[in-house]
Amino acid sequence: MLGTVCGRMDDTQESRFLILGKWTLAPSIARFRIRAPFVARKHRAGNFVIVRIDETGERIPLTVVESDPIEGSITLIVQAVGKTTKALCAMEVGEALSDVVGPLGNPTPVENHGTVACVGGGVGTAELFPIACALRDAGNTVHTIVGARTRELVVLEQEMRECSASLTVTTDDGSYGRKGLVTDALSSLLDENPEIAVVYAIGPLVMMRAVADLAAKRGVKTIVSLNTIMIDGTGMCGGCRVTIDGKTKFACVDGPEFDATGVDFDELIARNRSYLEMERISDERCSCKTAAAHGEHAR
Amino acid sequence: MKGANPLKPAERLKIPRQHPAEQSPEERRGNFLEVCLGIDEAAALLEASRCLECKDPVCVKGCPVAIDIRGFVDLLLQRDYVGAVNKIREANYLPGICGRVCPQESQCEQLCVLGKKYTPLAIGKLERFAADYERQHNLFVDPPLPEQREEKVAIVGSGPSGLTCAAELAKLGYRVTVFEALHAPGGVLRYGIPEFRLPRDILDLEIDRVRSLGVEIVTNFVVGRTATIDELMGEWDFKAVYLATGAGTPYFMGIPGESLVGVYSANEFLSRVNLMKAYRFPEYDTPVRIGRQVAVIGGGNTAMDAVRTALRLGADDAYLIYRRSRDEMPARVEEIIHAEEEGVQFMLLTTPTRVLGDSNNWVCGIECQRMELGEPDASGRRRPIPVPGSEFVVPVQTVVLAIGQMPNPIIQSTTPGLKTSSWGTVVTGEDQATSRPGVFAGGDLARGGATVILAMRDGKLAAVSIDQYLRA
Ligand SMILES: Cc1cc2nc3c(=O)[nH]c(=O)nc-3n(C[C@H](O)[C@H](O)[C@H](O)COP(=O)(O)OP(=O)(O)OC[C@H]3O[C@@H](n4cnc5c(N)ncnc54)[C@H](O)[C@@H]3O)c2cc1C
Ligand SMILES: Cc1cc2nc3c(=O)[nH]c(=O)nc-3n(C[C@H](O)[C@H](O)[C@H](O)COP(=O)(O)OP(=O)(O)OC[C@H]3O[C@@H](n4cnc5c(N)ncnc54)[C@H](O)[C@@H]3O)c2cc1C
Ligand code: SF4
Ligand code: SF4
Ligand code: FES
Repeated sequence: MLGTVCGRMDDTQESRFLILGKWTLAPSIARFRIRAPFVARKHRAGNFVIVRIDETGERIPLTVVESDPIEGSITLIVQAVGKTTKALCAMEVGEALSDVVGPLGNPTPVENHGTVACVGGGVGTAELFPIACALRDAGNTVHTIVGARTRELVVLEQEMRECSASLTVTTDDGSYGRKGLVTDALSSLLDENPEIAVVYAIGPLVMMRAVADLAAKRGVKTIVSLNTIMIDGTGMCGGCRVTIDGKTKFACVDGPEFDATGVDFDELIARNRSYLEMERISDERCSCKTAAAHGEHAR
Repeated sequence: MKGANPLKPAERLKIPRQHPAEQSPEERRGNFLEVCLGIDEAAALLEASRCLECKDPVCVKGCPVAIDIRGFVDLLLQRDYVGAVNKIREANYLPGICGRVCPQESQCEQLCVLGKKYTPLAIGKLERFAADYERQHNLFVDPPLPEQREEKVAIVGSGPSGLTCAAELAKLGYRVTVFEALHAPGGVLRYGIPEFRLPRDILDLEIDRVRSLGVEIVTNFVVGRTATIDELMGEWDFKAVYLATGAGTPYFMGIPGESLVGVYSANEFLSRVNLMKAYRFPEYDTPVRIGRQVAVIGGGNTAMDAVRTALRLGADDAYLIYRRSRDEMPARVEEIIHAEEEGVQFMLLTTPTRVLGDSNNWVCGIECQRMELGEPDASGRRRPIPVPGSEFVVPVQTVVLAIGQMPNPIIQSTTPGLKTSSWGTVVTGEDQATSRPGVFAGGDLARGGATVILAMRDGKLAAVSIDQYLRA
């Protein structure tokens, strides 16, 4: 390790963030093992990285799902929702990302609360997985609910089951597990397990808000991980700012986890929609490029 | 020392100060190319011949890194342009950058004796000329490397302060590694100052020259997160550390409406455009939103850069809202003049009180209040006082806040025993030493927002102190 840094390993060296492994978990969700030795040795549950796939790419935050300090690799699970995530999901083993930086954000403060509930929505389940494991390792009884739109979008079911005392899967369309929203399942879970002290929720903003509202009615606090727009991840741009209890906080350095009670969700939802129109342009351009490339190939 | 200038002093005084060519305001409003084109060889020689070659060159006292100004001007007159730039480089390893962004008028040029009755020597433009000549004619030669020393030194942050400290330590033979959080080095020079003031090829080149001294730059490495100071000095075996992480965290005003969509900190706005090249969207993926009417709040270099960037991104009206008067603006004079020429509308003695939003939470206007100047405050500037009942609304769709920055907290909060001020800056002594042995700090991290050349001065001083510390 020491040898690498002070021997000419500077930013001109390309293969630093090599994709070592790739698995497709669902039609639009991929799991990657990526070489990132510095991140791997420091990663704690709750941390994320910021990646940039190539020279013209955007910087986007992604949660570190697992790390292997010995191999010097990290695991990311990515849902293709727009330009960058789609391009990333199209990358293959042997290709490299131009930049991966981290681990960023504060690690989850892992305590033994006794019994906790972990609620993941969509790809949020991947972000929740390391936290659920850490909570279990700290002695908590972990009850988990994972929700998805439909059966094939359920991710990490097996892994989650292994670290949970109970696992409930919900799908919006009822194609798998319990039909309905995660909040329906949470309501039952809280009824059956009044000893649940804290709820951890990660997923779409509207889902996290609904979970927090429900838990608050039962007097249980909810910790959420806020998916803001980010650029640097070091407190430099202020793009990730959120209003918590009326105060401006930066999700990248003050979070990304916060007690849901004080979060101004309306504001955050509006801010995350800032670039909708441009994201569409970027995405279409990307699709065109892919289409063109395919055409080329066919000929 | 007898100089190369054949002119008598009286003749020198008759020569007017030479002005650089510039892109016309109409033209440059529509592009991101450099505004100032510099002075050509003939003008540089004429300008250099204005220097009186003072026995006691006071100009040097005005330069925080003490460039031998008289000496390099004399080399210019001998047409030894490479000699001139190397003379500058003895004191300042970023000549092409400083010749462009240094606030000369309040440093070296302010003290130049010519300025008393005439206009001061255009020291900054001459510096730039020498650097540009060398670059355009490919005359740079890699410096001979000194004998290597064993000790490794870590520099945290690759802004002007870190780069300067790195260069000076490398010249002394130390093994230097610069750690940078972002994916590209340069600090504010990269993410803050726009290309129309500092073209990126010049920045890249001068950083490469620091590398050619044997300095290693590791990007994508956030000290405090990727490794702490204790780890760098422990298992990574760095014998000393220089902290130069700048003052990157933007202040917000705390007025209602600041979280609406369309309100940016200047850092976010400028990083999107400069670091991420949003002005070339969608070729580059990062977008930036720009309204037809844009208000930028502040009066420093950051505000000028933001408001001029807004014009270049296509805003019809770009307002600069500043609570004091023009004379009190901390920005470089050249930038203020350029902004005026480009059609920026200055709303002076004005302060925003509220950002107004529409039903989608998007900015649709800004409410402001007039100010008048009262008694001088601690800084000697007259304190602005709000005029009651003077509120008015300006319709805008984008608001950029450029009201100052403080250091980010990552290193301070992960380094036990590092003394900080209530402003979040790291406390140092005259020799840039912090409260932690072997840890030095400088630049904006120690000063709050300052200037490129002061950040460089700290880097140089720290290099001297680190050398002493490691030899002790
Ligand atoms: C701390 C954190 C951890 C995250 N972890 C994961 C993860 O493990 N797996 C995963 O798939 N996604 C994760 N995300 C979300 C991921 O960053 C976004 O999906 C991604 O940035 C979208 O980029 P795009 O170009 O593909 O889509 P875009 O076209 O840019 O946007 C599509 C949607 O994503 C949202 N979005 C856009 N930019 C960002 C941004 N910089 N940050 C957050 N949301 C954005 C937009 O509101 C939009 O609705 C995380 C976000 C944060 C803040
Ligand atoms: C828009 C703008 C325009 C300006 N214009 C001028 C001008 O014309 N003339 C002038 O003299 N001054 C100007 N200034 C001020 C000048 O740029 C700064 O004073 C100067 O850059 C400070 O240098 P620095 O090296 O201390 O820090 P910075 O330039 O801020 O560099 C700090 C670097 O450290 C990195 N970093 C931060 N935290 C970490 C970490 N934990 N680990 C690793 N790296 C980290 C940052 O990413 C950054 O690259 C301007 C400032 C701004 C914002
Ligand atoms: S670095 Fe700045 S202060 Fe020093 S001589 Fe050059 S322009 Fe003047
Ligand atoms: S003070 Fe002015 S005239 Fe005198 S040496 Fe310096 S630059 Fe030349
Ligand atoms: S991502 Fe820029 S301040 Fe948080």
